[in-house]
Amino acid sequence: MNAALQSETGPEGTAHVGRPEVRVTPSRFRNAIGKYIVRRSKECIACGKCAEICPYGVHEFAGKTMARPKDYRCIGAACENNDFYCVRQCPQNALSVRLNPILEVLGDKRWTPELLISTWYMAETGEVPPGDIEYKTGDSGGGFDRIEFCFPSGREPDAVPDDEVSLRIPLNRRKDGRPEVEIDMPVYGGGMSYGSISLSVMIARARAYQAWNSFTCTGEGGYPEELYPYDDHVITQVATGLFGVREDTIQRVRIVEFKYAQGAKPGLGGHLLGDKVTPAVAKMREAVPGNALFSPFPFHSVYSVEDHKKHVDWIKHINPRALVSVKVSTPTDVDMVAVGSYHAGANIIHLDGSYGGTGAAPDIAKKNIAMPIEYAIVKVHNFLKEEGIRDEMTLIVSGGIRTAYDVAKAIALGADGVVVGTSEMVAVECIRCAACESGRGCARGIATTDPELSKLIDEDWATQRLINLFAAWRRQLIEILRKLGMRDIRELVGRTDCLKHLDYE
Amino acid sequence: MPKKYSIPTKTSPPRFTPIGKSTILDWEGGCLRCFKCVKRQCIYDVYNERTFDVRQMTDTIDSLCKNCLRCVQSCPGQVITKVVNAEYKRMGNSYWTPDIIRMQWFQAETGRIPVSGAGYGGPFSGPGFDDMWTDMSEIVRPTRDGIHGREYINTVVDLGRSLRYLRFDAAGHVVRDAPEKIEIPIPIILKDLPLGSLSESVFLAMAEAAQAMDTFMIAPVKGWKPYIEPYKTHLIPLLTEAEIDTHGELIRGVRIIEIQLSDVTEARVSRIRAAYPDVLIMVRMRLGERSGEEALALTRVGADILHLCADRDGNVESGNGIRFVKDVVRSVHMRLVEAGCRNEITLFASGGIAMAEHVAKGIIVGADAVAVDIPLLLALECRLCFRCEAGLSCPVEVENIHPEWGKNRILNLIAAWRNQLIEVLGAMGIREIRRLRGEVGRAMFFDDLERETFGRLFGKRKKRESVGN
Ligand code: SF4
Ligand code: SF4
Ligand code: SF4
Repeated sequence: MNAALQSETGPEGTAHVGRPEVRVTPSRFRNAIGKYIVRRSKECIACGKCAEICPYGVHEFAGKTMARPKDYRCIGAACENNDFYCVRQCPQNALSVRLNPILEVLGDKRWTPELLISTWYMAETGEVPPGDIEYKTGDSGGGFDRIEFCFPSGREPDAVPDDEVSLRIPLNRRKDGRPEVEIDMPVYGGGMSYGSISLSVMIARARAYQAWNSFTCTGEGGYPEELYPYDDHVITQVATGLFGVREDTIQRVRIVEFKYAQGAKPGLGGHLLGDKVTPAVAKMREAVPGNALFSPFPFHSVYSVEDHKKHVDWIKHINPRALVSVKVSTPTDVDMVAVGSYHAGANIIHLDGSYGGTGAAPDIAKKNIAMPIEYAIVKVHNFLKEEGIRDEMTLIVSGGIRTAYDVAKAIALGADGVVVGTSEMVAVECIRCAACESGRGCARGIATTDPELSKLIDEDWATQRLINLFAAWRRQLIEILRKLGMRDIRELVGRTDCLKHLDYE
Repeated sequence: MPKKYSIPTKTSPPRFTPIGKSTILDWEGGCLRCFKCVKRQCIYDVYNERTFDVRQMTDTIDSLCKNCLRCVQSCPGQVITKVVNAEYKRMGNSYWTPDIIRMQWFQAETGRIPVSGAGYGGPFSGPGFDDMWTDMSEIVRPTRDGIHGREYINTVVDLGRSLRYLRFDAAGHVVRDAPEKIEIPIPIILKDLPLGSLSESVFLAMAEAAQAMDTFMIAPVKGWKPYIEPYKTHLIPLLTEAEIDTHGELIRGVRIIEIQLSDVTEARVSRIRAAYPDVLIMVRMRLGERSGEEALALTRVGADILHLCADRDGNVESGNGIRFVKDVVRSVHMRLVEAGCRNEITLFASGGIAMAEHVAKGIIVGADAVAVDIPLLLALECRLCFRCEAGLSCPVEVENIHPEWGKNRILNLIAAWRNQLIEVLGAMGIREIRRLRGEVGRAMFFDDLERETFGRLFGKRKKRESVGN
């Protein structure tokens, strides 16, 4: 077992025993990308001054000379006012620092280059990046990117220790005799199927979520044996194709997720391109290698809440200890859909908003169909309240949650917790080239089943990167709660009074 | 069940290396010539296939590279980097963005719909068509498996007038005061090009594509030469006032004619009707402040089709500023609905129709169908450099294309658009494009969603900064 998973004992007297350990886990590529570029000219005499003064670990000795600067750690512009600014301190004027021109070709409006870089930083160090990197919001011009917390001013954040702030959320609030499952942070992993991502990424996710006492989700595509050790932290998905769904896979787990729709391609069903259907994938899905696989839309057996209830009952019958989650997309009547799921007996309603990620989706669907999650959260939270059933449903949301701040905003808008996917991929160095579906799949070994490309990801490395990312998120969430004078993430649910929207007067 | 309509597609590579989004900077000087060159690791093999296109002075890497940055991140000497391709940024304008242009090129080449991974990377919403989302229905919908599935989703629209009521003559036959309707299998016709060159080969490419799809192509009659003869059933001549009287012979073979709106149009319509009782009359209206009233008047005098035109970026000048085509079409549609005559007439929208989604959105706000122009030029590899408008030579020699190639590129593009239309119709649970017209309930508008959700929480929305371009 990976040493990182052996929990440390927490501070004495606290309720929590064990938090996975953060261990510095640098990029697997030679040239990590940062906001700034630091160059050392040949004037350098290896006097070691810079290595001595820079607190960010940019400069190091390599034998008798200086190593190539770890420039992705440099805080650049923000350093100019420091005494230890290496550029000024270098006796030989051998150093230069400038903005990395590659920022211009990196990322997009939602995942700006700075969000990518900061997520990589957190995955490496478990810390929030220092300096002037924008790690809270992107540049989409709406929704989360225009919403901010209004922290009470003139008041110091509470001095409560980390471990007295609770980020735990219950997933079963129905009192229906099923287990009370709790997770230690308000985040779990979204469905990514065997076939869409490499097995090592799948396992790394399971291990990281186990370490944080949360869940990962298989997506639709079967339950590889390699996941058996993590059964208690796996959600298995039942979608229309029923690929890889067996009685056994339903019985293994504590949560079963019905996927009605996915936010990136609502109403379109699933499609795994033939290229990705390797013999191993085909076997798992009980299909033919090389043949494209469709999950039709919708469940052809569901045309009413009653039909839907039959499905839920079916799962509950096969696995009496499982909670049932229903994953839906965000049409105009998403509030009605949520209430329908409640009446069908679901424990969790999972809303997947329109800007979420997926291995491959038609661009027209990603951009246009269904509403962004920010609206859906508010609609559903309020409607469930009006119906008097908000306290019995766990409202989980996804589709565009990129940062710890997005997590907190989603909760303040009315969610209990969130599901993420893309952020995890970024943590293991997805660069958002959006070529996941082409040819052999992801050139970086993440969204691929190609045996050679998959080797690019080492399980331990990926596990630790994810553990680190969540450690950084946890810190930020605790900090947000402290500043708001709260001790429990559950106090934040629906607290829209703590938010302001920059486009409103 | 009727025979399934489909548009034939055939991969049609570009004649010129397309302009890529970014470009590789490769400082050869610093190269270590290391044995295991990272360039070999490119899984797309772009370094191996690298050539230098001397005619265009471009490195083919720019168009082949997928921006995975593995070479950049693995090079031992850090001698490779990527920067934005300035030429790419220069294409088009703020409405016809380089990304839109590139997307149409891809579709015209492959006939496939653009698919990508990693979620949506664009803005939350935007002006124009970007302030609406189409709906989906979670449970009830036509069953269908994938895009070319079992289910037949119908994209046929009818052109022409619907009779308000039936009248019979003494012998008991229905009397029509308008020609029979014409069905087209897709809600798209090809419109005369606002720029570029309508050379013989471009004309033939468009006309053949229109014929192959069984839709129409609009073309100003002044360009008509004998070679158009075989395509006449799929051409719509665009006539000026003067030409109506002088081009009688030409009108004989066509099924629809288009005339420009002028002060005398209303009188004209009945005269043309009398002279050519079997031809549908389409009136081209430049959208403006009075469009609703004009449309109503034209409906009442018996025009069969109204062609509502915005400028090429979808803008409409109105008394108090610029409005976007979708909003003006919506108000024209609503004016006709209020007057109880919307069903009598067919509405086309054009101007700013740049992507497949705009077809769906244009129909949702009230058009029956759309007319496209610039995307056709893009299919023919136009780079929207606007050199032609300045009287300069076209870098991709649009005027010299081979008609067969041009036809295939246009067919590919429209086939991809239609498939995307089917995707959104399927998601909405709609089987008939005709049912989508004016169905604003099947869309979500930015302003409404903001008001209903954030408006309740955060109060009053600040006025949005400049909408449009
Ligand atoms: S192909 Fe690109 S976008 Fe997709 S997972 Fe790999 S790095 Fe990320
Ligand atoms: S960035 Fe990726 S796709 Fe582009 S040349 Fe380098 S390795 Fe190849
Ligand atoms: S490429 Fe340039 S010159 Fe050629 S048709 Fe297009 S805009 Fe005109």
